[in-house]
Parts: sequence; C-alpha cells; structure tokens
Amino acid sequence: MNSTQKVSWVAGALLIGCMATSIPLLRQMDAMRSGSSLEEVLYIPSGKVLKRMSLGYEGLLADVYWTRAVQYFGDRHRTGAKEYALLGPLLEITTSLDPHLLVAYDYGCTFLSPPPPNGAGQPARAIKLTKYGIQHNPNEWKLYYQLGFINYMDLHDYAAAAQAFNEGSKVPNAHPFLKVLAAQMAEHAGERQTAFMLWSAAYQTATESSIKANAAAHIRALQVDEDVSTLERMVTAYRQKIGRLPISFDELHATGLLRSTPVDPLGHPYKLMADGRIEVATPDDLPFITKGIPPGYKPADVPKFLPTD
Amino acid sequence: MPAIEILGLEKTYLTGFWRKRPKQALKPLHLSVEEGEIFGFLGPNGAGKTTTLKLLMGLVFPTSGTARILDREIHDPLVKAQIGFLPEQPYFYDYLTARELLDYYGQLSRVAARDRPRKIESVLAQVGLADAGNLQLRKFSKGMLQRVGIAQAILHDPRLVFFDEPMSGLDPMGRREVRDLMEELKQAGKTVFFSTHILSDAEALCDRVAIIHGGELRGVGAIPELTSSVHGKVEVVWQGTRIPASLHAMGAECHVSADSVRAIIPEERQEQTIDALRHENMRLVSIVPLRSSLEDYYLQKLKPNGVAAGAER
Amino acid sequence: MNTSIAHIARNTFREAVRDRVLYNLIAFALLMTGAAVLIGRISIGIERLVVINLGLTAVSLFGIVIAIFIGIGLVSKEIEKRTLYTVLSRPVRRWEFIVGKFLGLAGTLVVNTFFMAIGVFAALLYVAHHFEGSDAWVLVALYFIILQFLIITALALLFSSFSSPLLAAVFAFSMFVIGTFSEDLRGFAGLTEGFTRWLTMGVAYLVPNFSALNVISSVAHQQPVEGRLILYNTAYALCYAVVALSGAVLVFERRNLK
Repeated sequence: MNSTQKVSWVAGALLIGCMATSIPLLRQMDAMRSGSSLEEVLYIPSGKVLKRMSLGYEGLLADVYWTRAVQYFGDRHRTGAKEYALLGPLLEITTSLDPHLLVAYDYGCTFLSPPPPNGAGQPARAIKLTKYGIQHNPNEWKLYYQLGFINYMDLHDYAAAAQAFNEGSKVPNAHPFLKVLAAQMAEHAGERQTAFMLWSAAYQTATESSIKANAAAHIRALQVDEDVSTLERMVTAYRQKIGRLPISFDELHATGLLRSTPVDPLGHPYKLMADGRIEVATPDDLPFITKGIPPGYKPADVPKFLPTD
Repeated sequence: MPAIEILGLEKTYLTGFWRKRPKQALKPLHLSVEEGEIFGFLGPNGAGKTTTLKLLMGLVFPTSGTARILDREIHDPLVKAQIGFLPEQPYFYDYLTARELLDYYGQLSRVAARDRPRKIESVLAQVGLADAGNLQLRKFSKGMLQRVGIAQAILHDPRLVFFDEPMSGLDPMGRREVRDLMEELKQAGKTVFFSTHILSDAEALCDRVAIIHGGELRGVGAIPELTSSVHGKVEVVWQGTRIPASLHAMGAECHVSADSVRAIIPEERQEQTIDALRHENMRLVSIVPLRSSLEDYYLQKLKPNGVAAGAER
Repeated sequence: MNTSIAHIARNTFREAVRDRVLYNLIAFALLMTGAAVLIGRISIGIERLVVINLGLTAVSLFGIVIAIFIGIGLVSKEIEKRTLYTVLSRPVRRWEFIVGKFLGLAGTLVVNTFFMAIGVFAALLYVAHHFEGSDAWVLVALYFIILQFLIITALALLFSSFSSPLLAAVFAFSMFVIGTFSEDLRGFAGLTEGFTRWLTMGVAYLVPNFSALNVISSVAHQQPVEGRLILYNTAYALCYAVVALSGAVLVFERRNLK
C-alpha cells in the first residue's frame, strides 16, 4: 500500500491546495464581472425571445433575473449610486418571463420610479411596467394601487391617480382604503395627510423587506415634517405672546403649549435653535425629511434606511 | 527466494445495501511458489481462486496480510514489468485489432519500439493467431479472445505468468495447445501460476498444486506426494473369470468382466495372491500399486472437516 | 512514467475517433452552413451577431454533450467490461491511467473544437464578407469554451470513478447547469444568513464557475475581453480540473475492481 499512500497524499494535497486557490480567484472574478454579467441584460433583444429560449423553464429564469435585479439595486444603493440604468431592463425581463411575479411590480413602483439616489428616476417606465402587470393580472388590486401611487408621488398627476385608485377599488377583494384614497385625491391632493395615507398603505401591504424599509423611512419623514411644522408654529405663538424667542422647550412647556419634551420618531429630542427653528438631532438617520434640516447640511451619499419596526 | 510469497492474504467483502454483512472471500492464506515451477491453484467455482489472483495483481486490496512477488511489493512497477496476467474470460478493447492491442500493451509494458513488431508477430504465431492479426477484436470468438489473452500475457517475456482458467472456452485441440505452451514456458525457465477447476490439466502439467475451497487452503504439495499410495493396496488383473478361493478368504474386492478379473488386495498379500493364481494356472495380466488419484485427494479435501467420502450432510 | 500517460491518452483519442465521435462535426457543419446561408439571404443587419452567437453556442453545447457522454464511461466502462484488468497488471500506475484518460478526451475535444472553429469563421466570412479586428475575440471565447470542456471532462471522470454511468451523467449535467448560474448563486448566498448562508456559500464556491467562462454574447457584440479575466479563468479552470482529477485519483487508487 505504500505507493498508494504516497499517491493519495499527493492527490489530497493537490486537491486541497487547488480548492483553496480557486476561492480568491473566484472572488476576484466576481468583483471584475459584477457589472458585466448584468450588462448582458442589455444584449437580450426582448423578454419574448428569452422566454422562447428558456425551453419552458421561464419561471426559474424569471426568479434568477429577479434575484439579479434585487442585488443590482441593493449593491448600487448601498454604495451611493446616482443612476440605475439596468433596473428597468432587469424588471422588464423578469416580468416578461413571469408576468405573475407581483413583487417585481412592487419593486418597480418603489425603486424604478422615484428620482435618484433612491430610485432610477424613470416614472414613465414604471407606469408602463405596472400597466403591463395589470394587463396580465387584472384582479390584483395592489397593482392599481401602485399605479395610483406612481402617478401621485412622482408625476403629481392627481387625476390619473384618482382614476387608478377608483378602478382598483372595483376589483373583488380590494382593500377598502382604495375607495378612501380615490375620494381623498379629489379634495386633498398634495396634502401631507394624503401622502401619509399612501405610505402607510404601502408599508402595510409590502412583503419585500427593502420596500417595507423604504416606506417606513417615508412615514418617519412625514412625521418629522409634521412635528417640525407644529413646533415652529408653537415657537411663533410663544414669540407673539411673550415677545421673544423661547430658549428651551421647558419655556414652551411652562406656558402650557407643550406637554412633554418632543422627540422625533427615532426617539431623539428635537433641538430648538437660537433663531427659533427646529432641527432634528440626527439628519443622517432621517432621509426624505423636508423640514428640520440643519442649514448647510449635505445629505450623505448613501441614504440610510433603518430597519423596519 | 520464492517467486511468489503469500503472507496471510485475506479478503472480506462487506455486502448488503448498508455494507454490514461481511463475506469472507479469502481466509488468511499462506503460500509460496518457487521460480521455474508450474503451480496449479485448484478449487471449485467461487472457492477464492480469482480473488487470490486479483489480490496478487493489485486489482483488489487485501483486508489484511501481504504478498511479495520476486521479493518486491506487488504494486512495484518493476514487478509489473516482469509478470503477465490472463484474467478469466478476458475482454479487450473491441475497437482495436489484435496487432494494435498487442502494440498498445507492449507500449505499456515498456517493450522497446524496435522490438515490438517482432515480438508481436512471434507471440501471435505462438498462440495460433498469425492470420487474425488485423481483425478487429469485436469479431473474435471466445476461443480467439482466450488466445489473444495468452498472447498479451507473454508478449513482454515476463518471468512469471498468472493464468486464471486458461483453458476456458477452448476446444480440446486448443486446450492441448495451451498445455504445450505452458510446458514451453516452463522450459524457458518461467514460473507459471494458474488456477483451474479441471483436474486432468493440473495433473498433467503441475509440479505442485494447492487446493482451495470456501476461501480456505485445504491442501498443498507436489502431486506425487499427494497421490502416494496411502491405502497400501495393490490392484491385480488376470485373464479368465474364475476367482481363487483364497482371495475370497482374504476379503479381496473382485470385479469380473467379460474376459478378466480385477481384484484389489492388501499389499502384504501380494505374494500370496501371485502364488494362488499360478497354482490355479491363471494368467497374470498386471499388478500395480493402487494410488489415490488427484481427484480422490481433491474430493477428500473439499469435504468439510475431512469427513469420509460418501457421507452426505 | 510519463510515457504511460501519453500512451493511454493516445489510445483514448483513438477510441473516441473509432467510436465515431468526430462525426458530430458533420452535424455541426450542416447546422452552420444552413444557418449561414439562411442569414445571408435574410440580411437583417446583425448577421455577425447571429452567426457568432449561434456558432459559439453550438460549439459549446456539442462539446459539453460529448464531454459528458464519453467522460462518464471513461472509467466505469473499463471496469464493467474488465478491460482494465490487463492494463493495470502492467507497469501502469492507477493515477497515470486517470490522467491519461483525461488528456485523451481533452485532446479529442480540442481537435473537435479546432475544426468547429474553422466552421464558425467560414460562416462568418460568408455572411459578413470580411473579418474585423474584433473577430479575434471569438478566439478568446473559443478558448474559454475549451476551458469549460476541461472542467466538465474532469468532473465526468471524477463521477465515473465511483458511480454508474447514468448517475455520473446526471451529476455532470447538473454541475453544468448550476455552474452556469454560479455567479447568481454566490450573490444569492450573500443575501442569506446563518447556516443557510454557509451551506449556500459552500455550494456556490464548489460548483464550477461557468458564468465567467461564457463570454459569447459580449463577444458577439464585439466587446473585448479583459486580459486579467483570461488569466484568472485559465488559472481557475486548471485549479478546478486538478481538484476533480485529484478526487478521481483518490477514489480510484483505493477502488476494489470486482
């Protein structure tokens, strides 16, 4: 057995050595190719062609492209990308292969439509995608909801949004809030309250974790905007009453305008500035806010979505 | 230095789906074979002959024990260059011709390129396949394949040759040719180790034999020793059909045929019998010491615990 | 010692040829000729693209099928037919047998690919009427395809050394399919946690990385291939083939040939 043992040792050493060498090689190649393998998506003439080529296994292929889309967006978003050129093609290919992959449309609504850096900034493309989804899934009320959402949030086309919500409300088993939203569009379009309703609905119905986190961040931002507006109104009322700006929240508390120390949705207290403005303590953790931003604050390249509650 | 030394080679197979049932194909075997002899390895089918050969060829690994060939480890390429092997019912690459196969095997056996053509022709002639050299092996009959098998075993002029059932598939003429070939190999100073279940071949060829059954070595030795007259009996044949009275008295076994009688008598009564026959004017034809044949020895060794022949369990 | 490997390799090549493997070239030639003529007639503006895509895909698929079908029998057929007995009783070491078989089949595939390459370039010339500089990248794509063959052949040989031909074919084919998506698998593993992550990562690094070896569509779009990628892929393919062959040797060294 001696020669057998010698050969076995050599073979074993080669096996382990080469396996170990292959791992860093793989990492290097993956890093090199992280762009290029996805760019091949651009070379695919159309989803229909790919569907035919997949020889009946289009469901699986759709899942593959869906995974790629999520990774593509997630990777770029994490590193602060300014554009997401391939997101549209990836989602379109995914839904061509599997028109019933509803989460893809949800993703398109959430990340294809809004402007960068949080999205690809292609609302028209997102509308087209959602309409394709409705065509193939006419009884999915969420798709009508998403259509209305895009029209409202990114295109500010309140009439179209109202129409979408209305049609969605007619679908069997539609969520009751669609009717409410349709009505809301008519009278209170553009108001913070409406946005709050839309984002709450998005949060409640989201299944994919990044979509949910995105909705939660928007809800927090709306809450901050509301809080800052209310607090600044209180400061103005105090000034009118007392004649000067308050120094701290305790003074506001003393006059009965405030009940307790105001905190933002993350639990950090708001800051009362010398010039009477209200600021948030940690603007980095609160993307999407439009009020309470310290002057000269530059938002980080990489917006932080905090984990959902 | 013995040509082959088997030191306690043992092989147990684990059978069954979960490999839990052990089957001992070969119990620890101790055997040695000298250079230049023809050694027969006898036993019925399934006795462990092929297992032993495969262990010696390194095709199968022993559960315990070792073996040495020409005083070297059996896997040593230097050993492999000096041995030839004919497996049982051999099969060769059927897309090659006989010449191509022998050329390929010659390459693998490190026969020099300039010697190969000559040796191939010589060996083909020796096994009687000179005309079939360019025929594809898929067209060969069983007997022809057996001959090719012998050819590839001796092509590189090995010192030892191992044959597993070399006569299988051959007609009587073929078997005679193989027997002659094995004699030639011995004349050329080679050692031949072959397994068979045909006793007459062993009897005709072997210097020594070993008998194996149920994976166990039952007996080993030179044929004359194994078949020596153990009974102490003598066979007497005379013309006529009458039996002298004194033979009856001594309890001789007598077989009467048309014109002669064959009697088996104890050796010490030999003289007495001859006198009795002469006295009665009967013509003595032959008087021969009775030897147990190899077959008797073989069958005896095959019985478990050496129980007397005839007792069936 | 090395000559044993060479002899076995040559005999393996001879066996493949006599097994009429190279007749697949006829089917390939018919395919390329038909496609080239058809595309030449239809003048759709992307002749080059289609010919390269079709040609290289056909080279790849034909070769993978041959690699698997012959590879799975390389060892198991010899054991089953017992032709191995008289080979191993000669001064040939078991590992030399494995390496020789591998080189023989690899050589067959290289020769096969060489002839197919001529066919692809001939079809390209026919539809496009002239070569462009970027067509040289087709050679790189072909080289990568040959690297794929080496990996699949080594895997088929590995599976052939311990399982039946049918199972070996299933395993080898599965490795090919999963390997094509290996980059996705690694990305997917990155999204999971805990034990699943370890398991998926393990599998993702174990399967052959065919994703990086498939540059057919980018070459068809006349994109260059990075030099570093050629280097890495070569090193990777060699490592992987050595791993599979070492595994085959380890199994075969101990195998009892019943």
